[in-house]
Amino acid sequence: MTGMEAVSGNFLLITFFMYLLATICFTVSVTGRKWRDKQGEMKGNRWGSFGFIVTLIGFIFALGYFVTRWMTAGHAPVSNMFEYTTFLGIALSLAFIILYAIYKTNVLGMFTMPIVMLIIAFASVFPSEVEPLIPALQSNWLKIHVTTTALGQGILSIGFAAGLIYLIRTLDFTKRDKKVFWLEFIMYSLISIIGFVLVRYIFSMFQYQAEFQYINETGNEAEMTYNLPPLLGPNEGEVLTSGAMEPLISMPAWLRSDDANAVVWSLGAGLILYVLLRVLFRKPVGGKIQPLLKGINPDTVDEVSYRAIAIGFPVFALGGLIFAMIWAQIAWTRFWGWDPKEVWALITFLFYAAYLHLRLSQGWHGERSAWLCVIGFVIIMFNLIFVNLVIAGLHSYA
Amino acid sequence: MNEVKCDCGHSNPYGTNLCQYCGKPLQDKDNKASLLDMRYEGAARRSQTYNKSIVDKIWNFFSSVKVGIWIIVLTLIASSIGTIFPQEMYIPNNVDPAEHYKDEYGIAGQMYYTLGFHNLYGSWWYMALIASLGISLIIASIDRVVPLYRALKNQRVTRNDAFLKRQRLFGRSKVEQADKTLIKAKSLLEKRKFKVREENGNLLAEKGRFSRWGPYVNHLGLIIFLSGAMLRFFPGMYVDDIVWVREGETEVIPGTDGEFFIENEQFFIELYDEDDETFGPAMERAGGQTIQNYQTNAVLYEREKTDTVGAVPELEEVKKDEIRVNHPLRFNNFALYQMDYKLNELNTMSFTLDNRETGESIGTIEIDLFDPQDEYDLGDGYKVVIDSYFPNFEFNDDGEPSTVSSIPDNPAFIFQMFSPEHPDGEYSFVGIQRNEDVFGENDYEMSFADVDTKNVTALTVRKDLTLPFIITGGVIFMIGLIQGSYWSHRRIWLKRTDREIWMAGHANKHWESLKKDFRTLAEETELIIPEDQSKKAKKER
Ligand code: HEM
Repeated sequence: MTGMEAVSGNFLLITFFMYLLATICFTVSVTGRKWRDKQGEMKGNRWGSFGFIVTLIGFIFALGYFVTRWMTAGHAPVSNMFEYTTFLGIALSLAFIILYAIYKTNVLGMFTMPIVMLIIAFASVFPSEVEPLIPALQSNWLKIHVTTTALGQGILSIGFAAGLIYLIRTLDFTKRDKKVFWLEFIMYSLISIIGFVLVRYIFSMFQYQAEFQYINETGNEAEMTYNLPPLLGPNEGEVLTSGAMEPLISMPAWLRSDDANAVVWSLGAGLILYVLLRVLFRKPVGGKIQPLLKGINPDTVDEVSYRAIAIGFPVFALGGLIFAMIWAQIAWTRFWGWDPKEVWALITFLFYAAYLHLRLSQGWHGERSAWLCVIGFVIIMFNLIFVNLVIAGLHSYA
Repeated sequence: MNEVKCDCGHSNPYGTNLCQYCGKPLQDKDNKASLLDMRYEGAARRSQTYNKSIVDKIWNFFSSVKVGIWIIVLTLIASSIGTIFPQEMYIPNNVDPAEHYKDEYGIAGQMYYTLGFHNLYGSWWYMALIASLGISLIIASIDRVVPLYRALKNQRVTRNDAFLKRQRLFGRSKVEQADKTLIKAKSLLEKRKFKVREENGNLLAEKGRFSRWGPYVNHLGLIIFLSGAMLRFFPGMYVDDIVWVREGETEVIPGTDGEFFIENEQFFIELYDEDDETFGPAMERAGGQTIQNYQTNAVLYEREKTDTVGAVPELEEVKKDEIRVNHPLRFNNFALYQMDYKLNELNTMSFTLDNRETGESIGTIEIDLFDPQDEYDLGDGYKVVIDSYFPNFEFNDDGEPSTVSSIPDNPAFIFQMFSPEHPDGEYSFVGIQRNEDVFGENDYEMSFADVDTKNVTALTVRKDLTLPFIITGGVIFMIGLIQGSYWSHRRIWLKRTDREIWMAGHANKHWESLKKDFRTLAEETELIIPEDQSKKAKKER
């Protein structure tokens, strides 16, 4: 590792802790005591502004990470899973800064900053060495396309954060109906990402590795290294590391079994964490948060989420489709080739187009709009995790 | 149909809900409602007015946004199905698709193939979905944009009371000095970049009207884009071909009617340095070398315009370029892309004719594997004749020697060796790693001496005349999208009555911003903040 690379890594670490601090500030501003001014009007408190300033400082360090890493690598650091996911987290924080500047809603920070941290932590489990660029990626359009797309996805994700706030604020948690179930399912999914990061760090602390020999999708022998104990093994796999456990079941060849194994681990760890929280709260997790949001006006949150999508949709269309097509025309001879990643960008685009039309002409405001924002975020995450790692294609980073 | 005449004297087209001049509700439902439906300014839309003929019915179907949304959602679902398993174009092309899907993905794969999902994006029903998306876009846009344009052009400053009262934001302020208040309000609104019109002492402040055209502009862009994509199916619009060129050779470029030729001066691959300080660790983990560059040094030629037909073409150099991934060679409407390659393809092989007993070498022959001569004369009565040549040798099913292809990947020869001792010739079979007498006991033999290889480059030849349409459509789409998303249309009406000023506001989206405008007015003038009547209206319903 070069000196500059170490500096870059430290900047990212500082960003992470700044965002943690910002989360705390925003949470205090929402849940803490409000001050009244001389006329006796509620003026809120200063914690929100502190949170915003800390976010800005964190963002400057994030820029520092980006620039120094770029200088080390000689190319924009958006070309593998670690770099892209980190950049998505940073883009989300920039999107938050933009929307906070318009609406000054502290509660948005209380929800967005933890999601940003989660994404950056998720990124950090992928190998972070600076990689050389293969010829197809050596293009200025790569940076233009990827950065714009990530920014678009970041802004659209703010719509999700606001939608989530809307749902937690307005759902009736005393009932045990479908809505509460699905909201809890979202909370569980977010907790599972924490579970994944935790499990990965625990096992990497003990330097756990299990080598496998297996038959890959082309029918040849290959080797694969697991970083987590193999619950799911590769196709016709044979453990090479002594002392490593035997897999419970083995996967077909076309599936990346180490990733599938990681998914099972994170869902399991998430479940344990979630159950612990339920036992601790004796309430749905959303129901526990709800009282904190009493002071929030649902209509404002609804408008914030729509505004985020209205701002993010053109950015995403420009980066994820138009710039993508320009680059594809130059690198792959055709602007469109029905590669899975391309198709999922199109699906994201169509989904948000449907959202805008439903909202505009069918009056899908408030709760329905919020659920749609949640689904939109699921599509974005699916694109990031599943399409990148599992469905192999031209864009696959794995 | 009859025009509808409003009390204010304006004649409106049949089907109008709100007078386009003064805004007075013309239909019963609006007179009863506590809030007006302001969509499309209450203008008469064809789809809402006629429903008799079959044309009306089709028009109404496609102009419905509900139908539009269904089309979008169906396209979305269909598209996602196409990513479950790889499409046919992404599976290896030397396998039978039916077998491949069954072997790789089991029963699910077999069903996928049977249903035709392996070629989903080219299927007739996917095309039909895209086509109906286009039709819907056209009809829905025309249905709305014309009446909307008329309504916004005709609007008058002084509005009917019933119109103002039924706006979502409405308030009455008692004011002492109406004149002064209105002057102040006007300057405040102008400072906030509103265009203010005045009529009989009433005001209409308007901002961002052009954003109303955003959706129609972006739909127009999409329509141009889709039409452009359809043009691909016309002959001559699109060329997708590939040309393999050996180093030092010149090939005609397919699709150019023999006008253009490409020469491969050199093809090479560069690798990243494994000891690189920055990239070393990553390459070590990946456990392999990483390619930095694929490159063809190419020369483009054009055929000289001569009258003689069939003569050897005279070529004129047009340009030299380095073709790399992400850096195609462009000329006219064509582009040549670095697509594939083959390193060290056999090009010539040389053999010596040796006397087995003495070991003496009689002479050397060099065979061009792509154009072998029939015989090679070594003088003094020595001669080698190529009896048979198998560029890519194998024994066929009958056990006979044959060739798989004309590419010399595994060349083999049956030579006939003539010498003074054997004027009828001796036969010898020579291939890679094999050298056999056909009938045994030869006095002479062919010994392998040398081989010369060349790199081969494969270039994709692409012409796409649809690109100008695609680009135009994309640009217009983006302009419309930004126009409609980053601006909103806001209007504020101020009307003076006896002692009061009535104030109403409408925004097509982002009402919070409009409320902020009203708050500024209230802070600096006698006017009060109008009430948001939407809650009240919801409760009534
Ligand atoms: C993928 C295709 C489409 C895209 C990307 C698209 C995009 C948009 C956008 C961005 C808006 C503005 C929304 C807003 O301001 O919130 C809009 C409005 C609209 N779209 Fe589309 N659209 C598509 C397909 C359709 C189709 C198929 C229809 C057919 C019914 C349609 C009908 C409309 C209508 C009626 C409006 C509202 C115009 C207005 O009231 O001002 N769109 N569209």
